[in-house]
Amino acid sequence: MATLQTRASARLMMTPAVVLLLLWMAVPLAMTLYFSMLRYNLLMPGMEEWAGFLNYRFFLTDPAFFTGLLNTLLLVGGVLVISVGGGILMALLLDQPFFGQGIVRLMVIAPFFVMPTVSALVWKNMLMHPVNGLFAWIARTFGLQPMDWFGEAPLFSIVLIVSWQWLPFATLILLTALQSLDTEQKEAAEMDGAGAISRFVYIVLPHMARAITVVVLIETIFLLSVFAEILVTTNGGPGVQTTTVTYLVYVQALLQFDVGGASAGGIVAVVLANIVAIFLIRLIGKNLE
Amino acid sequence: MARAVSTRTRLVFTLIGWLVGFLIFFPILWTVLTSFKSEGTAIATPPQFLFFQWTAENYIEVNSRSDYLKHFMNSVVISLGSTLLGLVIAIPAAWAMAFAPTKRTKDVLLWMLSTKMLPAVGVLVPIYLLFRDAGLLDTRIGLTFVLTMANLPIIVWMLYTYFREIPGDILEAARMDGASLAKEIIYVLTPMAVPGIASTLLLNIILAWNEAFWTLNLTAAKAAPLTAFIASYSSPEGLFWAKLSAASTLAIAPILILGWFSQRQLVRGLTFGAVK
Repeated sequence: MATLQTRASARLMMTPAVVLLLLWMAVPLAMTLYFSMLRYNLLMPGMEEWAGFLNYRFFLTDPAFFTGLLNTLLLVGGVLVISVGGGILMALLLDQPFFGQGIVRLMVIAPFFVMPTVSALVWKNMLMHPVNGLFAWIARTFGLQPMDWFGEAPLFSIVLIVSWQWLPFATLILLTALQSLDTEQKEAAEMDGAGAISRFVYIVLPHMARAITVVVLIETIFLLSVFAEILVTTNGGPGVQTTTVTYLVYVQALLQFDVGGASAGGIVAVVLANIVAIFLIRLIGKNLE
Repeated sequence: MARAVSTRTRLVFTLIGWLVGFLIFFPILWTVLTSFKSEGTAIATPPQFLFFQWTAENYIEVNSRSDYLKHFMNSVVISLGSTLLGLVIAIPAAWAMAFAPTKRTKDVLLWMLSTKMLPAVGVLVPIYLLFRDAGLLDTRIGLTFVLTMANLPIIVWMLYTYFREIPGDILEAARMDGASLAKEIIYVLTPMAVPGIASTLLLNIILAWNEAFWTLNLTAAKAAPLTAFIASYSSPEGLFWAKLSAASTLAIAPILILGWFSQRQLVRGLTFGAVK
């Protein structure tokens, strides 16, 4: 039982973390909200004036925003499908007993530790380069026309790179969930004559459902902010073909110096992320009971 | 193992497992191999896999020409600094929430988590302007502070999930035996908490080392860590594949090794205890 004295000191111990996070969150967010209502461009200092919701109207009706939103959804959706689908298969594979399992596991999780700028540049240049890249060589070996990855399918190329980075995360978490499955249950089903597929559908998959949800939600949070991979490979182009909402805000803020417009975009991004966050927080909150 | 698996099945899975593992690991392996080639060999068709003239010249060149060591040190200072600062702030908070929980503890924890879900781009503009006015752009101190705040929720959460597993009865017993709060923390709690703190430290160094939103947006030449330094190869310099590979290998090697050691903790840390 916590005494009154420990309770008082507990409050004291929590204060720095709570206050700092509150400041970190509230102050900049309030400023973003305020800026989003201003006509404010760094190239025109002293010309700030109240603009109401004008920035939002410009941002939301900008054709680039619609493309950006679509690209964001395609990027997040594509990476989720590949990494979660692949992650389930990888987890099932790594759950089988075989020789050198530990080493294979280390190889599989390695991409997660590679910094985004490195993986993007290595993939773009050394693997996907249309002339000297390894994929081009493989294609030619099989008598195929090498593909100009970033010319023909820029967004898909980025999806592939980001999926490679997140596959290990999905694999590792789904494998952890898989290994907590009671083997007796599986064996009982097997004795009752359930085949491999029905065992997977009726026992393994429901057991993993929670972990899959967690992976989907956490990946979504991080994927909504994908930035470096786009910056170093395509700069959002060609045109706006690989511009996401995050990247669009960056362009408006640090390249066009449009503080008002960028702030409105930032608030839009916050709202989008919150839709996902609400579900994730509920799920984790339930787990705290 | 409850069930014997036939040797043949095992061999088949060994083959598939190694093949898949090799394919996923290949881009990293290829980067390491390319870093030991000359620029000519690096872009050769057909690609040279193992039997080429191995050379370490790229590593020497990268170090001498581009001030690699400075960026490496920036990465070390920023990731280690932000993690240690985060621990100093988070350990008391997590301790309090784990051992003296109140009705509001759960709400506080979830609120902290929600700050992590705020997209960075939502606060980019004010942080950039505040930093500009305070002269913190392109400084290690500024970046260390930002990364501390960005990762603080994860640090608190990880510590909390570890601390919560320490049986409170032991602390009670120590208190009964007349241990003061300070003694309780030093002699009873700390030894049991060290493994959890160590894994938190490890995971957060990894996260901070690879952070590539704030590091790219708030630094230029002086305080740029390796993420930003490597990004400079996206210009036509990207054609120097061997040098890009050498710089990349140096940038990922230390963190890859740390990551391999902390793979178990990774699951707990990144799922906020939802999957163990």
